[in-house]
Amino acid sequence: MSDDLTKTIFGRLSIESFPIHEPILVGTFAMVALGGVALLGALTYFRLWGYLWKEWFTSVDHKKIGIMYIVLALVMLLRGFADALMMRAQQAIAFGGNEGFLPAHHYDQVFTAHGVIMIFFVAMPFVTGLMNFVVPLQIGARDVSFPFLNNFSFWMTVSGAVIVMMSLFVGEFARTGWLAMAPLSGIDYSPDVGVDYYVWALQIAGVGTLLSGVNLLATIIKMRAPGMGLMQMPIFTWSALVTNVLIVAAFPVLTAVLAMLSLDRYVGTNFFTNTGGGNPMMYTNMIWIWGHPEVYILILPAFGVFSEVVSTFSGKRLFGYTSMVYALIVICILSYLVWLHHFFTMGSGASVNSFFGITTMIISIPTGAKIFNWMFTMYRGRIRFELPMMWAVAFMLTFVVGGMTGVMLAVPPADFQFHNSLFLVAHFHNVIIGGVLFGMFAGVNYWWPKAFGFKLDKFWGTVSFWCWVVGFWVAFTPLYVLGLMGVTRRLRAFDDPSLQIWFVIAAVGALIIAAGIGAMLMQFYVSIRDREKLRDTTGDPWNGRTLEWATSSPPPAYNFAFSPVIHDLDAWHDMKQRKAERPTEGFRAIHMPKNTGAGIILAGLSTVVGVAMIWYIWWLAALGFVALLAVAIGHTFNYDRDFHIPAEDVVKNEDVRTRALQSAGI
Amino acid sequence: MISLPSPSPAPRVAPVSARLLALGALALLGGCDTVVMNPAGDVAVQQSSLIIWSVVLMLLIILPVMALTVVFAWRYRETNTEATYEPDWDHSTGLELVIWSAPLLIIIALGALTWVATHTLDPYRPLARTAPGKVVTATDRPLEVQVISLDWKWLFIYPEQGIATVNELVVPVNRPVKFTMTSSSVMNALWVPAMAGMVYTMPGMETVLHGVLNRTGKFAGRSANYSGAGFSHMTFWTHSVSPARFEQWAAGVKRNRWRLDTATYVKLEQPTEKVPPLGFGSVDPTLFRRVVAICVKPGTNCMEGMSHAGPAVNDRAPREGEAKGALTREPSEKGESPHLSAPRGQAPGQNDPGAGSNRNMTELHLPAPLRARASKEA
Amino acid sequence: MSTLTQTPPGAENPVFYDLDEHEHPPGHSTMLGFWLYLMSDCLIFAMLFAAYGVYGGSYAGGPTARELFELPLVAVNTTMLLLSSITYGFAMISADERKQGAVLGWLAVTALFGAAFLAIELYEFSNLIHEGAGPQRSAFLSSFFTLVGTHGLHVTFGLVWLGTLMVQVSRRGLVDANLRRLQCLSLFWHFLDVIWIGVFTFVYLLGVLR
Repeated sequence: MSDDLTKTIFGRLSIESFPIHEPILVGTFAMVALGGVALLGALTYFRLWGYLWKEWFTSVDHKKIGIMYIVLALVMLLRGFADALMMRAQQAIAFGGNEGFLPAHHYDQVFTAHGVIMIFFVAMPFVTGLMNFVVPLQIGARDVSFPFLNNFSFWMTVSGAVIVMMSLFVGEFARTGWLAMAPLSGIDYSPDVGVDYYVWALQIAGVGTLLSGVNLLATIIKMRAPGMGLMQMPIFTWSALVTNVLIVAAFPVLTAVLAMLSLDRYVGTNFFTNTGGGNPMMYTNMIWIWGHPEVYILILPAFGVFSEVVSTFSGKRLFGYTSMVYALIVICILSYLVWLHHFFTMGSGASVNSFFGITTMIISIPTGAKIFNWMFTMYRGRIRFELPMMWAVAFMLTFVVGGMTGVMLAVPPADFQFHNSLFLVAHFHNVIIGGVLFGMFAGVNYWWPKAFGFKLDKFWGTVSFWCWVVGFWVAFTPLYVLGLMGVTRRLRAFDDPSLQIWFVIAAVGALIIAAGIGAMLMQFYVSIRDREKLRDTTGDPWNGRTLEWATSSPPPAYNFAFSPVIHDLDAWHDMKQRKAERPTEGFRAIHMPKNTGAGIILAGLSTVVGVAMIWYIWWLAALGFVALLAVAIGHTFNYDRDFHIPAEDVVKNEDVRTRALQSAGI
Repeated sequence: MISLPSPSPAPRVAPVSARLLALGALALLGGCDTVVMNPAGDVAVQQSSLIIWSVVLMLLIILPVMALTVVFAWRYRETNTEATYEPDWDHSTGLELVIWSAPLLIIIALGALTWVATHTLDPYRPLARTAPGKVVTATDRPLEVQVISLDWKWLFIYPEQGIATVNELVVPVNRPVKFTMTSSSVMNALWVPAMAGMVYTMPGMETVLHGVLNRTGKFAGRSANYSGAGFSHMTFWTHSVSPARFEQWAAGVKRNRWRLDTATYVKLEQPTEKVPPLGFGSVDPTLFRRVVAICVKPGTNCMEGMSHAGPAVNDRAPREGEAKGALTREPSEKGESPHLSAPRGQAPGQNDPGAGSNRNMTELHLPAPLRARASKEA
Repeated sequence: MSTLTQTPPGAENPVFYDLDEHEHPPGHSTMLGFWLYLMSDCLIFAMLFAAYGVYGGSYAGGPTARELFELPLVAVNTTMLLLSSITYGFAMISADERKQGAVLGWLAVTALFGAAFLAIELYEFSNLIHEGAGPQRSAFLSSFFTLVGTHGLHVTFGLVWLGTLMVQVSRRGLVDANLRRLQCLSLFWHFLDVIWIGVFTFVYLLGVLR
């Protein structure tokens, strides 16, 4: 075959593109392949394909989609954490002429992939998953506004994750750092597939994120149960509302800036190039205009979780609900006025720098107020130290330190010393692990019984908790210190042997966190094994206060047989207080959306288009795009998208619940 | 170990425990060589005391919060039935006022501090003093150093002395230094933590940093902005020497036969790693300006200010040999993307300067010519 | 949202479950959702406008806006798009009156105007590229092609959507679902018009004045 023909068919993909010379990757591939074959074999053997396809993959039920998001987040957490372990190991050994075990091209991919995966494919799906699962239940709705779109959004996120994972075994990932700063990410300095993998993974996943933001926003605005005004919304729903406003207002910026970067790479335009009128500083500005709100997109839902958890487990109304809501709104607005603090060192004038420094500090006021509010929710409460509450207290103690170092970084002259140092790395891990992840773990422990009908095992949960908290401090305190010693991030090897001890301590910390992850998986396993012992028949295992606890666990497909009517902020608590009678008859057929496979097909085709573009296989990209369009149009010809759950089924379902409640003595 | 520059006594409102803890923590850090908190240059000293001040200010609120969190969590535990339980208490205007205004007051103080410090410590602003009490007069000219970050090494040009060094910076002690900086390819950041903070070096643009070193000695410097494969070893030593030593060193480098002209620069610009310190006895005086204008290569002309409408940051026409957009390429131009672990022949930088694939290379030593002598002398 | 009068808290017999619920009509939040999507799309354009604002003078020694733009052509172009918006409006009026034939007719006219707009834009682009003023020439042209091209791409998708919708209306008539779709496309089409007004003023008129 002539070279031109080969290139036309395969683009720049060749045998050499596979990492057959890289023992780590070959080993990983062998393990993944074996595991994958085993999994597929098991699914086939137990005839689970049909079940998975019908009940999960094509499901438009917000609860199942939420659970699938969180499964995705947990799977990707393992990958992202493996990257973290490799970095910690490399930095712990590469001293004084020892180059460690990772060559530069590999190490640089590892830290890029770690950042991208942890933010886009762990934290984001976690947050979106929790919001998806909880919000409709909390507002007494039967589903989200656009159930099909919800399914499609999920699969687009998966598609992005698949593309990132594919870069592990076909070609390689970007070696630019997680934000792919220009001009390093331009085609002149990163000519190979890495940055293209980055761009397409984020663009495709970004579509999913944006659409799920639109969806949840419409849901919260339009689908609240009767009586629930904006100021009667549970605080988690409020944080979801603000988060989704941020998503809808921030992700288009990411889409635009990545589109410009890809135009530079694919068309040869001059947006971020060194010549031709381009300006790399523009990229830095634009990506952070998205990037800073993104930070709040991650942390605000975690704040929401803590608000619910602290109030529930203190057995008390949330202190200062109104000021909590206003704090959320203030944070939302301010988050768009601080982006420049990520690059004080770029040479802006002193007035510009101090403006952005001070706006950054101002954010700490509403954040501080929130911490106080949680504190005073605990005050004069009856605190039950169940797992979610333990995470909440650990969060409060950890997060304030992260907040403090954040304000330190916001002082521009101090930032000239801290910028890009390990101090910065320690800071953002302090808020992302100590804030977002602790929040998500609290949320998982809190809502797991709602999702599956049994609690999580407390012993293994406690083990995991302590490993995470202790591991976090052991891993990141050394990084704070190293930052003050003048050590920069993204270094692969060091000359100064006196630094080594700190990196070794950090590596030990990472191992403790690894134990925490292991204990968490163990917790899931043990809980599923002992599910009958941990069973909750009431649907309200924590003595909850908001509507999601008013229905059974797991909730029926329709969530509520009758829409609840809200009279109080803590609606379910109010219903329990005033002994609201749960209706046991008069059930009617319930109108629900039908499952559809269109979402997974569209996302699959998007993956094909993305991969074809990455490898310059133009014909496949064009074909995939046409197919994408055809399926999308075809889907619009399907007018038959909903059905009724027959009244008999509802009656059957609700009778089971009635009996369960009676046997639980309620 | 030199003791930390201690902040002025903490304000009276600070709880004693706060002060003790802050100082304790800082003393602990003083135990290891935290150059950021224990620097050798006046600018960095001011930055470090600013850091301490901001920490002390914030601890005023952070410590009570942490303490109260623990106290509340313990006191109001479920098993302590003696503690008051008020399940419906959810509002207190007075308390709300306190929890919003306390952080606000601290941020007002910190904001004022920030505004003043950001202006006095603006890296573009010529130093007003070299040490507390030592005012810079009009006759004290700063030492001019032109800095070019190359892949992956530092080029320092001393225009007054007419010399240049690679990966070695020598400055006279107590004399202000003005760095005028740019980059040859991607962004980097010049960081000598002992001297002053960092500022980016950017291709086609010029940035400025002022600093001074008040102690003689050898201080680490490096690139603090990730720039590709050779980034880890993009380090250099900064030698702070007496003025006489400095003159002696400059004269020594001046005797080097090596000349930094266009041809040498083009060769030097190729991606290399772990380059030992080099010295050039003479330098093309237009070099720095041409690097900023990205027109060093023979055959490229420096078209600056061609725009009809006002100055743009970068108004250079696209150059020959820059990568084309992928979609406009012929199939044969698509290239391949072999995995970087695939074995390769000779490092491409040697026979194909400037090729993009050079960035994949991880090690290539320049033939080591004469070294700058300062490392031995200082 | 609610068809139920709220019982005030503390009332004698508060109602806690809505026993007499009316079904939510499908798609009752479609317009809100679509409007939210349009706002996010608007932000993409905002970024492209911002990029044009920054790069608008970065000619890199290449041709300038004044040398390139032909206002008469752009005026014709703008007219086409504005007319298409008006005819879409007529289509919506006919839809309100449930006149299926008229709806289809006006949609066809709209499509023609839209296609004319696209044709003129493509003609302009090909002229520019032919003159050596392609998107690769300078950051000014990169941002120009990206901004105007993104708008053009939206119009193209609008046309595909319009065609699809015409088939659907002719097959199923003006059922609720189709009316909703017509309304969404109407929002989309007018939105593109508004964006174009911005492009016309900000890019072409101000570009020539620069």
